[in-house]
Amino acid sequence: MNLLDPQGPVAVANSTILVDSVFIMLTIVVPTIVAILGFAWWFRASNPMAQYQPDFVYSGRIEMVVWAIPALTIILLGGVAWIGSHQLDPRAPVPGTGSPVRIQAVSLDWKWLFIYPDQRIATVNSLTAPAGAELNFQLTSSSVMNVFFIPQLGSMIYTMNGMVTRLNLRADNEGKLQGLSAHFSGDGFPEMMFDVNVISPLAFPDWVASTAKTDQVLNEDSYKKLMQQFVERGRPTYRLEDPTLFNLISTQHIPPGPGPQVTSSAGRPHSGDHDAR
Amino acid sequence: MLGKLDWSAIPLEQPIPLIAGGVVLVAILGVLLWVVVKGYLPYLWAEWITSVDHKRIGVMYVLLASVMFLRGGSDAIMMRIQQAIAYQSQGYLPPEHYNQIFSAHGTIMIFFVAMPFVIGLMNLVVPLQLGVRDVAFPTLNSVGFWLTATGALLVNLSLVIGEFSRTGWLAFPPLSELTYSPGVGVDYYAWSLQISGVGTLVAGINLVTTVLKIRTKGMSYLRMPMFCWTTLASNLLIVAAFPILTATLAMLLLDRYLGFHFFTNEAGGNLMMFMNLIWAWGHPEVYILVLPAFGIFSEVVSTFSGKPLFGYRSMVLATMAICVISFMVWLHHFFTMGAGPDVNAIFGIASMIIAVPTGVKIYNWLFTMYGGRIRFATPMLWAVGFMVTFIIGGLTGVLVAVPPADFMLHNSMFLVAHFHNVIIGGVLFGAFAGFTYWFPKAFGFRLDETWGKAAFWFTFIGFWVTFIPLYAAGMLGMTRRMQHYDVAAWRPWMFWAAIGMALLSIAVICQITQVVVSIRNRDALRDRTGDPWDGRSLEWATSSPPPVFNFAFYPDVRGEDAYWALKQHAKEQQLEHAEPEYQDIEMPRNSPTGFVCAFFATVTGFALIWHIWWMVILGCLGAFATFVVFAWRDHDEYVIPAADVAAIDRANLEERRNLVSMAGAV
Repeated sequence: MNLLDPQGPVAVANSTILVDSVFIMLTIVVPTIVAILGFAWWFRASNPMAQYQPDFVYSGRIEMVVWAIPALTIILLGGVAWIGSHQLDPRAPVPGTGSPVRIQAVSLDWKWLFIYPDQRIATVNSLTAPAGAELNFQLTSSSVMNVFFIPQLGSMIYTMNGMVTRLNLRADNEGKLQGLSAHFSGDGFPEMMFDVNVISPLAFPDWVASTAKTDQVLNEDSYKKLMQQFVERGRPTYRLEDPTLFNLISTQHIPPGPGPQVTSSAGRPHSGDHDAR
Repeated sequence: MLGKLDWSAIPLEQPIPLIAGGVVLVAILGVLLWVVVKGYLPYLWAEWITSVDHKRIGVMYVLLASVMFLRGGSDAIMMRIQQAIAYQSQGYLPPEHYNQIFSAHGTIMIFFVAMPFVIGLMNLVVPLQLGVRDVAFPTLNSVGFWLTATGALLVNLSLVIGEFSRTGWLAFPPLSELTYSPGVGVDYYAWSLQISGVGTLVAGINLVTTVLKIRTKGMSYLRMPMFCWTTLASNLLIVAAFPILTATLAMLLLDRYLGFHFFTNEAGGNLMMFMNLIWAWGHPEVYILVLPAFGIFSEVVSTFSGKPLFGYRSMVLATMAICVISFMVWLHHFFTMGAGPDVNAIFGIASMIIAVPTGVKIYNWLFTMYGGRIRFATPMLWAVGFMVTFIIGGLTGVLVAVPPADFMLHNSMFLVAHFHNVIIGGVLFGAFAGFTYWFPKAFGFRLDETWGKAAFWFTFIGFWVTFIPLYAAGMLGMTRRMQHYDVAAWRPWMFWAAIGMALLSIAVICQITQVVVSIRNRDALRDRTGDPWDGRSLEWATSSPPPVFNFAFYPDVRGEDAYWALKQHAKEQQLEHAEPEYQDIEMPRNSPTGFVCAFFATVTGFALIWHIWWMVILGCLGAFATFVVFAWRDHDEYVIPAADVAAIDRANLEERRNLVSMAGAV
């Protein structure tokens, strides 16, 4: 999950900006730290060589320099931020080879559902994508907020109930990556890690075909079971019965997840906790 | 009869909070018993609990903060241990407990440690620096303190009765809504912040008014010590920002109690509104905390370098610039919520702009040291340690203000390391510097230097050993608030962070030892001059501890560094021997209003949390009655006769003269 080992163009650009910004700032920060330690040491009271200048309290030139140094740094970084924000807008297209793959991600308590509307399949806690193709994500949440994040592919984005966020990514190399939720969502939050399998574009249709053979069906009813609070340790796959399921979720035609069942009059919820472990 | 409250509220199945709560309870009862048996109760009541003296209220604020620091620190230790061992296992804390701990840690450290610590120091010092006898609203000041204490009490009560919030320190909906958090935890969180928030707001109003309206002769704005300026800026932010917090939490409470839909998933509620509102308060909040720390460092660096603050006007400008800009950057807390590139870029750049005045401050401290004669007493060590630490925190802060970088770092352990880098390196170092710097002023004796320096070094090294690993874990994709994890690469870093935490714990033990040792050696450490550090501002012009009226007569200020100038003047003139003409002094009477108010606020808050409606009514009536009784008071001041003033002041002056002439003889 190393941010400095990017596996896609978005992550490459993000981490380049990250590293560049650090170096730009270090050119100012390192000399300043050296000066702080140097001045503090040289002007110690016990140093007879240091000249005591109690009246050195103002210097227009120094003022000018000390306002200018951070200001210039920030102008430079501000430019990086402006250009970077536009180029790396999560919604900006990330052109790739072949046709883009549409993936609709839903954060549930406490698992991830990935719907492939065009392929008519869905998976839980496991995201499979062809290398090199643009991945168009539409994201929403069944209940509370989460953040969808695959560190080595770059930009994260919030998932929120009743709303759709968009994110475009691309994975360039085949292999196994990991994704997670980057926003605390309750007791099962640490279990919201998911596998990311980047496979060759040639193998992708085969994977779709084999996945579609499953006898589990995802429709409104089975989705409602899925959105109860529990942790899914397996990697179930589904045949998607209704390709508009994501819209039903994001427009709240299917109401938000129910949350825990209250079992004690003191308001200590118990359901969910044990499943989470 | 008791609303939702029944025996199941006592977490008998969770030994850790129960034992912790039990130990605290026994300790409190023990202290109370000791106080009663020794017959200190009347003294405590008359001299402290009902006191409206800004110095005593300041001391009580700092005491509250120190006690809560131990609580918040224990939470931190538990979290570090959990993450160090919870690799491919559940560790020793189940999620429902771990989640309470990180929520409580954040809530306590910000609201009940950092806030009372800086407000306490401002209370103690600002009237002295301004050369006046009290704050603008002394009784209100006491009310503010006791309401803050109420909030702290409620948070601790949740250890043994019910549970605390499990939603993080900002209780984001919809997780914090009734559907997803049906327990009383969020109610404990929200009501304790509502009550202490009122306390903070009145403290802010009080200090703003004090700085704006009550200053001694000649103390014009541009002659005020830097700490007064940062106090002004910080309290302006309190007055502007805390009502937002109150309103936001009120909306959340309406959702939870009366079925409103401000932030719910259903019926048109929108959690994004909460995000915006809470950070419109939350971002200024961090400057509310760090600006007073900047003020403390300005005083410390200038005093221990034996020089006036370099570029004073520039510093004033930088302070006020931070004060204003800090209100315009809140969106950087959620770049990843799907805002457009223009919005993200503008808020990113606005956030970076704050780094400019902050950088200027660093350079001005640097040039204050230049040409100085630096004495490395404990406060100065904290100051230099702060400058080095804070620059790194600033670097990582500007980094996460760059939206594309934040897309990778948002909510990560890197972010956790960043804000601890600025809050510990800035606010906490500042609080400790201020504590050691002004302790002799408050109590009349200095703190032990050996233990103070040990505390500094353990904190400084412990801080880096703890948080460099968190930076690293963040770069490895680790996100915050994980009760356990299965990623092998994170594990060694969590281990090192736990080692760092051990060093930080030793630092806290050093701090406690420092105070204990100093109290035992207080005669040797006594400060008889009132000016132990060769200070420059007016708090050093009076005795340590100052008499209740601070100054027998108002000092006349003729420039910056008022007391330094007075001292130079006195040296040239061979000391002023002319006895001033003492006059009667009117001082505000002590009042139990604050304590009684807070008692009823505690009752009301507790009753609201547990839906005990008759008790809510009773509590509100009690608080209102307290207010009526106070409003209809006849006498709120008493007179200290000129003769008494003269006696106290002569004794102080005599002691000071003796010391000065002795020093002269040598």
